[in-house]
Amino acid sequence: MRIGVITFPGSLDDRDAQRAIRLAGADPVALWHGDHDLDGVDAIVLPGGFSYGDYLRCGAIAAHSPIMREVVDAANAGMPVLGICNGFQILVEAHLLPGGLVRNDHGDFICRDQRLRVENTTSAWTTGFSESQEITIPLKNGEGGFLADQETIDRLEGEGQVAFRYLDVNPNGSLNDIAGISNARGNVVGLMPHPEHAVEEGFGPDTRAAMRSGTDGLTFFTSVVKSALLANA
Amino acid sequence: MPTIVVEVMPKAVLLDPQGKAVTGALHRLGKSNISEVRIGKRFEVTVDEVTDAVLADVQALAEDMFANLVIEDVVSVAVLEQAN
Repeated sequence: MRIGVITFPGSLDDRDAQRAIRLAGADPVALWHGDHDLDGVDAIVLPGGFSYGDYLRCGAIAAHSPIMREVVDAANAGMPVLGICNGFQILVEAHLLPGGLVRNDHGDFICRDQRLRVENTTSAWTTGFSESQEITIPLKNGEGGFLADQETIDRLEGEGQVAFRYLDVNPNGSLNDIAGISNARGNVVGLMPHPEHAVEEGFGPDTRAAMRSGTDGLTFFTSVVKSALLANA
Repeated sequence: MPTIVVEVMPKAVLLDPQGKAVTGALHRLGKSNISEVRIGKRFEVTVDEVTDAVLADVQALAEDMFANLVIEDVVSVAVLEQAN
């Protein structure tokens, strides 16, 4: 399976995402924001970072990049798309996911290992998790407050499109403690925390077993690899 | 060349953390008569000429790109009066 990772001007975590994809057993493919070419990939990751310096609004200018036209078409045709942090912001600005992300309510940038509850185990990127599984992956953002009008929140909650919820503490003022959501079809998922930073022992969050041994993020990538195998079986 | 001014504000119902920080600073300076500051954005768009079509185009851009209508409102789109 080939999974594309799009690099925008100001992307930071594109190489980490490529590494996570490799560790999950797929082939990472570097894609460039200025192209109109998805290089025949089977899934797409929009990585974290600060595309265009967060000018205008986080993700707003990247959402108008040339390659996003192909991403929108592919997503609407059912291709799995994962947006992490700035990638999530790009997905909402491109209207592939509902809602918006605003500055953290306390005004500070926050960086911590964040506990989450997996609320949806049917999306392309979450099938490997068990129902209500609790995971810990890094969170690092200044503008991660998820907002939407009440009707949208009710729909997300009612249709099971809330994919991840913050546990212990709401780090940014997100409504209903929402950390990540999926579209109705389940192929597009966006979240503020960073699964690609918790994929290899020695480099992940601390666990009770050992320091930096957390690899909860790897399941995002193995989930999409497994769904692709099933789809092609 | 004529300029079209677009003004965008965070939605009134949403918390405006920037405005809240400024309001807090003003209160620390003793400006207790100022109850709230909200901060928005002003875009100055220079065009070759102003026609109804150009205005409609800028209005559409304002709603599609300059503002995210989920979290912001386009408050006004107006031609800037040039001082002679």
